[in-house]
Amino acid sequence: MNSEKLSRTLQQHGAVMVLAVLVIVGSLAFDTFATAGNAASVLVSSSFLAIIAIGMTFVIISGGIDLSVGSLFVLGGVLAAYGSQYGLLVALVLPLAACGLVGLAQGLIIARTGMAPFIVTLAGLLGVRGLMLAISDEGATTYLVKDAAFASLGLTYPVFITIGLALAAMVLLQRTGFGQNVYAVGGNEQAAALMGVPVARTKVQVYLMSGLLAGLAGALNAARLSSGVTILGIGLELDAIAAVVIGGTLLTGGAGGITGTVAGVLLLGVIQSLINQVGNLTSSFQQVVSGAFLALVVVAQRLLSKAQRLN
Amino acid sequence: MNERALRWARDYGVYVAVAVLLLFNVLFTPYFLDAANFRTQLVQVTPIVIVSLGMALVIGTQGIDLSVGSVMSLAAALVVLYLGYGALPALLAALVGGAVFGAAGGALVAYVGVQPIVATLALLVGVRGVANVLVPQLVEFRNPDLIALGSSAVLGVPVIVLIAAALTLVMTFLVRRTTFGRQVVAIGGNRAASELSGLPVKRVLLTVYVISGLLAALAGVLATARLQASDPTSLGLFMELSAITAVVVGGTPLTGGRIRVLSTVMGALLMQLLSATLIKHNLPQSWTQMVQAVIILAAVYATRERGTR
Repeated sequence: MNSEKLSRTLQQHGAVMVLAVLVIVGSLAFDTFATAGNAASVLVSSSFLAIIAIGMTFVIISGGIDLSVGSLFVLGGVLAAYGSQYGLLVALVLPLAACGLVGLAQGLIIARTGMAPFIVTLAGLLGVRGLMLAISDEGATTYLVKDAAFASLGLTYPVFITIGLALAAMVLLQRTGFGQNVYAVGGNEQAAALMGVPVARTKVQVYLMSGLLAGLAGALNAARLSSGVTILGIGLELDAIAAVVIGGTLLTGGAGGITGTVAGVLLLGVIQSLINQVGNLTSSFQQVVSGAFLALVVVAQRLLSKAQRLN
Repeated sequence: MNERALRWARDYGVYVAVAVLLLFNVLFTPYFLDAANFRTQLVQVTPIVIVSLGMALVIGTQGIDLSVGSVMSLAAALVVLYLGYGALPALLAALVGGAVFGAAGGALVAYVGVQPIVATLALLVGVRGVANVLVPQLVEFRNPDLIALGSSAVLGVPVIVLIAAALTLVMTFLVRRTTFGRQVVAIGGNRAASELSGLPVKRVLLTVYVISGLLAALAGVLATARLQASDPTSLGLFMELSAITAVVVGGTPLTGGRIRVLSTVMGALLMQLLSATLIKHNLPQSWTQMVQAVIILAAVYATRERGTR
């Protein structure tokens, strides 16, 4: 009984614990690690991935996956920069509307036709990048952010916005009927349907949310860079999935949470920062470490869940 | 559309689509039947075809292999590192590298029980990192044997295209006529039942991922040989998506239990022909991607099995 409790705790909070260890080790090993400047830079650069990963967490808990977020992130950025010439409101509404619409369409296709989320959102990844290239003249046109209020949103507030979104997502997931539905659909879809959970509607909602958040992250990033850069976002969906998985959310659906995801994102950020501290290591090492880390985590998760079942 | 029409579309749609595109090009695209153009198209699609063959096998077991593009880049790195010993040792080193990481992914899937998408995602991230650490930048080489592998031709047909064709035949034989092929399909159809009936499920799964790694590494070597340069940073980017697309458009369901080898090759040809056609008619890249997205959705809609997922 005790070991079951232990393994469950490890699965849910392992990422936070490893994060704490890494931060302590990093602070002891490098003078330049535990500084306000470095912490701020890790937090700011992690915030955009965190926003996307929050949406991904809902999708994965519901038993799905969303590969389109990297493309939506770029599309959101380009649309936000383009819209910023008409003021703050348009700069935010335009990317959210477009990316929300794509998320909604993907959700409807997945929920109504029963097609695999992997494939529907893979088509989304391709189609949305094509759309982004089309409106940016094959990537040749870079729209600059014209609105000062919008630009300040990206420079000053991304971390606060991320914290706010994470708290809201936690409440949504743990304290509302919608959150319960997401867990139910991911845990056992047939059983959920029999119990009267609106399965199709829940699926549409999670993909809509994921699309909206990816668009928002793109818009905030455009505000920070003060332009809609068209070559970003490649492989971002995989970073987001990795963060969610490292955070202890199971890809089989039905279990997981926002705290773990945020810890997973921060872990990836801290690993990158630590590798930067070492100095003479290239950024390729970050990929090696992240990959090895991900492999370790999934093996550990698997062993932990086996231990739970044995008990 | 009724059930029969859907099934017909699933089984023969990709052939019809390729035929229609070919006809369109013969009629409306200048120089399309030109031998040089034909060769270019075939050579360009070769790595995708080879990788897709392995991917079809993996998807047949209800798995997926996201690591193929990174394994290609690792192969490119290993080729450079061992080219000093000659072309053959370099090729072998690349294949061993592909097999080792294929086995790592396969072991995670088969013996640890990790979901294929996560196991191979870890490899996707890590292996390209390894390749970049080994060889950080583009390296040109002058090894005549390797260059010959990439550029020579027999009776006007490029050698690498012949290799892809031979591998297609081997894979067809493997899937249709061997015990291993039947075991792969059985495991994809119903893993629990396969386990109960005594099939060596874990070993077969491991083998499938090793084959996928080997084929990806071979594709990486051939692409490197053709480019006459090794570029671990960008070789094989998005290859996993292209290969999955080829398999799915060819009518192999993601739910496993069914492998269509020749249709997979057709799927790869269809996507290649499509982008070539759009480019030749001066439509921008963005169109290609959007049309591809629609084709993928249509193909999967036609191949989805009723009552699953």
